[in-house]
Amino acid sequence: MKIDRRCFLSLVIGGAVGTTLTPVPWKLTDDIAIWSQNWPWTPVPEDGPSKFVKSVCTQCPGGCGITVRTIGDRAIKIEGQPDHPVNNGSLCPRAISATQHLYGPSRIQGPMKRAGERGQGKWEKISWDEAIKTVTEKLAELRTRGKPHTVACISDTDGNGSSYLMDRFLQAYGSPNFIRTPSSADAQELALYLSCGRQGTIGYDFRKADFILSFGCALMDGCDTAGQVMSAFGEQDKKTRLVQIEARLSDTAAKAAQWVPAKPGSETALALGLGHVIVRDGLYNKAFIDNHGFAFEDWQDDAGNTHPGYRSLVQDHSPDKVAKATGLSEKVIESLARSFARAHRPVAVSGLGSAAPDSLDQALAVFALNALAGNFQKPGGVFLIDEPDYLSWTEMKIDKTASAGNQHPRVDGAGSEKFAHTRYLPNRLPEAINSAKGDSPVQALLVAGGNPLYTLADPRAAQKAFEKIPFIVSFSTFIDETAEQADLLLPHPHFLESYQDVPTPRGMAHTVVSLARPVVKPQYDTRHMADVVIQIAKNLGGFIENAFPWKNYEDFLRKSLSDQWKTLEKKGFWSDSRSRDTSLDKIFRTSSQRFEFFPMSKFAAMNGNGNKKAGVEKIELPGNIDKLPLVLVPYTSMRISDGAVANTPFMTKTLDANVVLENDVFVEINPKTASEYGLSQGDKATVKTQAGRAEVRVNLFEGIMPGLVAMPAGLGRTGFSDYIAGKGANVYSLIAPAADPASGLNAAWGARAAIAKA
Amino acid sequence: MSTQSDNQTAAAGNRSSGWVVFVFFMIGLVASIISGWVAFPKLLYSTKQQPIDFNHQVHLEQMGGQCNACHFFREDGSFSGSPTLEECKSCHMYPMTGNENEQKFIDEYVNQDKEVPWLIYAEQPPCVFFSHAAHVRGADMQCATCHGDIKNSTSLREYQENRLTGYSRDIWGKSMLRLGEPDHGGRRQKMNDCAECHLKETGSKGNCFQCHK
Ligand code: SF4
Repeated sequence: MKIDRRCFLSLVIGGAVGTTLTPVPWKLTDDIAIWSQNWPWTPVPEDGPSKFVKSVCTQCPGGCGITVRTIGDRAIKIEGQPDHPVNNGSLCPRAISATQHLYGPSRIQGPMKRAGERGQGKWEKISWDEAIKTVTEKLAELRTRGKPHTVACISDTDGNGSSYLMDRFLQAYGSPNFIRTPSSADAQELALYLSCGRQGTIGYDFRKADFILSFGCALMDGCDTAGQVMSAFGEQDKKTRLVQIEARLSDTAAKAAQWVPAKPGSETALALGLGHVIVRDGLYNKAFIDNHGFAFEDWQDDAGNTHPGYRSLVQDHSPDKVAKATGLSEKVIESLARSFARAHRPVAVSGLGSAAPDSLDQALAVFALNALAGNFQKPGGVFLIDEPDYLSWTEMKIDKTASAGNQHPRVDGAGSEKFAHTRYLPNRLPEAINSAKGDSPVQALLVAGGNPLYTLADPRAAQKAFEKIPFIVSFSTFIDETAEQADLLLPHPHFLESYQDVPTPRGMAHTVVSLARPVVKPQYDTRHMADVVIQIAKNLGGFIENAFPWKNYEDFLRKSLSDQWKTLEKKGFWSDSRSRDTSLDKIFRTSSQRFEFFPMSKFAAMNGNGNKKAGVEKIELPGNIDKLPLVLVPYTSMRISDGAVANTPFMTKTLDANVVLENDVFVEINPKTASEYGLSQGDKATVKTQAGRAEVRVNLFEGIMPGLVAMPAGLGRTGFSDYIAGKGANVYSLIAPAADPASGLNAAWGARAAIAKA
Repeated sequence: MSTQSDNQTAAAGNRSSGWVVFVFFMIGLVASIISGWVAFPKLLYSTKQQPIDFNHQVHLEQMGGQCNACHFFREDGSFSGSPTLEECKSCHMYPMTGNENEQKFIDEYVNQDKEVPWLIYAEQPPCVFFSHAAHVRGADMQCATCHGDIKNSTSLREYQENRLTGYSRDIWGKSMLRLGEPDHGGRRQKMNDCAECHLKETGSKGNCFQCHK
């Protein structure tokens, strides 16, 4: 018998055949599949009893109530709170995916100080004691040198408890420089103040209105009002007619009963044109105007000079002229005016959620339409909501250094003679620093919310200004674009880890205060920024310490909210519709005690400014029209966060392939315009403006007016994590600010642009 | 110089004969079949004992015959599974009987405030969403239909753990060929088993996302 290679081969073949007749291959295949599903790095949901915690989303000013399902100490799922007066259960993708930010790699894990050059990304861990000591010493030193006014604080809000404590700290310390980051709220608040004499927000009763005339508001596109508006429109058998005036077929326009594509930047003219028709045809509410209106007709000031009233102002805006300015037909303008005036409960809305700011004149012109309809403080109408008064502010004493510091003019120029009524002018801050001779007028900057190096128009100029500030502290939760350039990071906890009061969101027709609360334990070594400021105040001692008689932020909230705290703890929100009952006699707090069509205080301020005209200011976009023949406009999308905090990776995943493809952002261009520039779908191109340039791709879109280039706001991040950064370009870096002469606020609704195939 | 036929003969002489080849084939075949059927299951599964023995029958008598006295639904409808230390402690904070397993439980778990690491016979992978409420409350099924007659057991079965996947043998079923039902009298619990039962009971195997969320 000979045993050779063949025998060995048959043994193997026999073995193989035999194996197929056993469970081995079949069972192993199955088991390997299961084994591979259970590799230790595969995320596995927690198991255990669920809890549901009521809180509020603070990722945008929208103020939507949320219910967070937790298992153990893990937040599992975020849903809309069904009985919350703001959003009634609806929610945007930002909140739905907020746990990705909570547990994601963009978090700053503890206090750190810069170890390398600014922006190099090298950090050294330090203790909270050391971090707080560093800030205290720096602030103490500036104060001893008589320079407390060179400290500034940037925040994304001035309406909640922690921003109040920041502002209070600055006052006690001796600086007037509390600055709120820009938003479309700025012009609205100013318009409300000038025409009605109230600091607060304009509320619209979207649920009961039967005609909503929206001047480019991102009602259902962006955040801010998405929760309220979606829930208002979600109600069945609703007969509300929404008319959307916008150059682009946005989601709001698509859902509207009528889409009116007017040229961007012509909204003021259109609002005045509608006013013209309403006044001409006598369709306005005479009773309201007689009893509660001021400067509808020409009027005389105390010195006996005559000034034109609203009637004279709109005289100039006949439909034929407005048709030219807006690109709409006269017929459309006439019929729009009539349908608005004839509606039972119409509201005219501007500046809610849009990516581009409005001018003061636009805000005033649109707001005046509501006065023509006389629909104030009525169901389905406009409600004036005051600034939050739920926190019982306690008086404080300040020392001489502080009062001397507070006397200094604000570094951004707000409240100066020129811009007497404007509270914050963040977009002027870079310029103020960059043009200063010698030392920067800001020696220490506390960034307590907001992400100015991303959201300010022309962030490059802001970056240059920041380079001149010797000491920058960021309280950011995430390593965002501003935190990247800071010297010291004092991370604030995520909103699912901490308390935060949320005042009435803009647009709400009655007061609603919500409470964000710790849903899970802090994941990292973070501290509430208000706690840090209270600690710094205590360290500085004296009057500053005395101005902060609270143990910490929670103590401050409990004491200030007293009775309401219990309701907030239990329900997550507290609402008060008393604000709705105020009679018309009491709501206007202007010097005339009426609704001022031509605000006297605006006049007084402009008078000081040497500008006596009653007319409206046109905001010219900078740039040479021959070289930059197109107009770039930013747009908001519910699936892209355009605020301080970037998208979650999940949100980016939901974007269509003609919005973002790999790392490229698409700009929308009308096929007609595209063909003029030889561009086809998907082409790579360069968009150029006076402020900068960006590499993009082209998306041909019939829904955008010719001559425009529309780009989503919120992309082109450099901070956060690798999952988020590097997608597309930041549209704000292409749009330099354009100051509104009436308010000083940035009113650049776009930028002149050119596009060329790359 | 040799002829062609010489060459062939020489080659045949150098090779093993056909039957030898066949014998080797058969050795391979039989050996693999035996090891596949006998050795493989032994190798694949390790046998483990539960940390403490537990008498379901005795407990059930004490608890009024209700499974849900210990395996209950939470308020939100989710199923609590095995009782936690906290729940066991509500009776067994101190010894109630002279039972050695009870003593062991108190010494090693209650006194040390440690959860008992029960081995769960019916544990499904985390990618599977299974709702007890839908089956027990919705479809009115008995616990025993899937889990067997645990109710009347006086001690815990040994637990056979799949060395590769870490899951209990009960899921696949006792039989390597997935024939018949498991020894314990319940059901096999792999995806096809769910689908088969759903097809029979509801007329449809159901959709992927119903169980894989
Ligand atoms: S709209 Fe704003 S507040 Fe509401 S869920 Fe979205 S991010 Fe949060």
